[in-house]
Amino acid sequence: MIAVDRSRLPTPGPDPIVRFPEVSRRVLPGGLRVRTVEHRGVPVVSFMLLLSSGSAADPVDRPGLAALTADMLDEGSGSRSALEIEDALSSMGAQFETEVGSDATVLSLLTLPRFADEALGLLSDIVARPRLAAEDFDRVRELRLNRLRQLRDLAPAVADLALARLLYADHPYGRLPIGTVRGLEGSAPVDVSNFHREVWRPSQVTIVAAGDATHDELFGVVEHAFGWWTDPAPGHDSAVPVARNVMTMAAPFLPTAPHAIVDRPGAAQSELRIGQVAVPRLTPDYYALLVLNTILGGQFVSRLNMNLREDKGFTYGVRSGFEFRRAPGPFVVQAAVQTGVTADAVREILSEVRAIAGPRPATAAELDLAKSALTRGYARSFETAGQIARGLAQLALYELPDDTLEQFVPSVHAVDIDAVTAAAGRLDPARMTVAIVGDREKVEPGLRGLGIGALTVLEAEA
Amino acid sequence: MDIPYTKHALGNGLPVLIHEDHRCPIVAVNLWYHVGSKNEQPGRTGFAHLFEHLMFEGSEHYDHGYFQPLQQAGAVLNGSTNPDRTNYWEVVPTSSLELALWMESDRMGHLLPALTDEKFRNQRDVVLNERRQNYENRPYGMVVMAIVDALFPPGHPYHWLTIGSPDDLRAASLDDVRAFFSRYYHPANASLALAGDVDPDSVLAMVDAYFGGIEPGPAVGSVAHGGETAREARLVMEDAVELPRLYLNWLSPAIFAQGDADLDLVADVLADGKSSRLYRNMVYERRIATDVAAMQQSRELCGFFQLVATAAPGHTLAELEAAMSAELAHVAESGPTSAEIQRSLAQAEAQFVYRVQTVGGFGGKSDQLNQYNVFVGDPGYFGRDLQRYREATPASVAASARNVLLEAPRVAVSVVPRGRLDLALPDSAKVVCS
Repeated sequence: MIAVDRSRLPTPGPDPIVRFPEVSRRVLPGGLRVRTVEHRGVPVVSFMLLLSSGSAADPVDRPGLAALTADMLDEGSGSRSALEIEDALSSMGAQFETEVGSDATVLSLLTLPRFADEALGLLSDIVARPRLAAEDFDRVRELRLNRLRQLRDLAPAVADLALARLLYADHPYGRLPIGTVRGLEGSAPVDVSNFHREVWRPSQVTIVAAGDATHDELFGVVEHAFGWWTDPAPGHDSAVPVARNVMTMAAPFLPTAPHAIVDRPGAAQSELRIGQVAVPRLTPDYYALLVLNTILGGQFVSRLNMNLREDKGFTYGVRSGFEFRRAPGPFVVQAAVQTGVTADAVREILSEVRAIAGPRPATAAELDLAKSALTRGYARSFETAGQIARGLAQLALYELPDDTLEQFVPSVHAVDIDAVTAAAGRLDPARMTVAIVGDREKVEPGLRGLGIGALTVLEAEA
Repeated sequence: MDIPYTKHALGNGLPVLIHEDHRCPIVAVNLWYHVGSKNEQPGRTGFAHLFEHLMFEGSEHYDHGYFQPLQQAGAVLNGSTNPDRTNYWEVVPTSSLELALWMESDRMGHLLPALTDEKFRNQRDVVLNERRQNYENRPYGMVVMAIVDALFPPGHPYHWLTIGSPDDLRAASLDDVRAFFSRYYHPANASLALAGDVDPDSVLAMVDAYFGGIEPGPAVGSVAHGGETAREARLVMEDAVELPRLYLNWLSPAIFAQGDADLDLVADVLADGKSSRLYRNMVYERRIATDVAAMQQSRELCGFFQLVATAAPGHTLAELEAAMSAELAHVAESGPTSAEIQRSLAQAEAQFVYRVQTVGGFGGKSDQLNQYNVFVGDPGYFGRDLQRYREATPASVAASARNVLLEAPRVAVSVVPRGRLDLALPDSAKVVCS
């Protein structure tokens, strides 16, 4: 009989031992890197195809070209039309998704093992033999232009873009992947085919295959579908724009933090984004920053959420995060708060950032909580084939060492209070940019009273 | 495919479902209470969901927020409320299972002594902000209120949304909280599922130790209501949107009832993927719409079926309506092709496999066992659930499309940009939701 003691909570048992999947690494003749992982128990196979290039590669006058190109890939390829591709995928019950981020494009394909060969054949047609036909281009671009139009109504998207513009201006991180009306309208089918030829090369691609099969079976499927693929001959029409390399460009220097509001008369809430340009993924204090952010705004019981939600009821939730990218990405605090408390919420957020970077540094108890949450919860990251494949694709994107997953728990444990305090020095509360989407007439007077500096008025862009 | 499990009942009647999966050193704890917004009264809407928030704010023997100790143990946790049920779940490292059971059982057995007016007012403000974020400040966010208002008569348990109305939330009192807890939150109205890295015998003993002493509580009967009567309605609502959108809605069979699976297949054939009939016609070929969707919203008392499309610039909702009605009539009269049925079945079969990839969270194996146990009284319903799709034929799908949709009254709601009532379906009555 188990004795129940309600006078105190049971202490957690020993930390779980995470068994890392063994990863097999091979390279196809065309330079395409292949990672395979055996993950048994559920009859599925997950393929994650990572192209180490995303919207940051958009030519300077074609914002949105990378995402438009990715969207065109399954609009007809090889011998199949767009509808035939869709029919083939759905007849297998396969799930196919395309995601375009700043630094990478990921095509994911989840399928049953018996369809793996056929599904991957389709994927290679999609990636390496797209038709990129003019009539499909018109339709896809029109849909993306309409999507842009609709995003102007969506406060979170407007706020994300406003902050990106303020922090990065014309740097490639100053746009959302979907791009701009002008960028899309200025793109032609030839831009897509040139961009595809320049960027979509096997030497820039990693495929992770994880699932219910052996390493050899998984590799065989990838090799069968992609073994023929080689980098196209160099050179392109010099009249067309070329992809940009984010690593060669610095974010603009801003002498003072710019602040802005996008007016939405009658809005029930203000959508807030507060942030600054921070660090790249390969920053040496990565783990200390993870722990710092967990304490500040990275979990439910973070300082920000406990203050703004659980104490004051200003919001359904507030969170912060470092967007670790190839080049320095932003640190962002985000929340939707009721209109009447907008200035109070901004003040509280800035005050929490100021406190952790100065007068009220992280405590030993907070450090312990954050480290425990990160390390004890780590086993969950490897439950499904898709999670495993995605984790490994991230390593490939940032060219991280093979043992990075194994090193996560010890690396977090090694973070001490001095390291967190030092990491907090990355935050500069005096230079945090504030972007707000809300009812200007109602919130502006209070914001002016905060003394954060000039607030410009932006139009909702597209 | 199935989810192997053992089913037990504690002395107080609490059903306990256990599924072993040792691939990862984690356990999912998933607890359903068979109460949702359908159990609320007009004038007190939004209460079941507000109550769910309070369940995270502390109980008699741990009167602090529930997130801290569980996150410290490496858990992820959440809860949700819908019209039919409320669920709470944690996914914990195996070594912290006892902590999760301690806490779940404390808030089932000992919540009220820890409830204060301060917590109550704070969480009411949080919920009002949740409503602003997910409905009021979101494009097309308010239309669903107009839809359920028109589909279900006043007094029907689905006439209001789970998020509730702000006036009702502000009118709720601490006494309401106490009465609600006493009526619905106890073993006789709950179902507990554990999935993951557990030994069934020892985990059952642990569950019994923590939950076995809680009073069973009163049985909760089904919700009395006067039934549904389909009626025809045409409504228009203005919103801060760029493009007009049309929502067509019909009453439909309840979850797992005759015709429910057929209507999932109707939805697939009409609007799932580029080669579906409506997408192909309206978005791909004629380009009169920017998107189209179809859903059978299955619920416990009765469902509703939705067709939704957004007009491309320069096109009217009347054009969309004509295209949607024509394709629907075509499916209802001639049925889907056998290729369409096979494709939908392949997708359904694959989805059943994809659903068993996780032990917990929303929709993982533990949640699935509870759904079957609470709604059909059989946690092992997985195979029969899939069988419903295998048994569908072109004729049965056509019959459901005809009886439930084509020949039945429907509620059509146009959402148009402010000041553009002219873009709505003709003869629509203006509605305002807040």
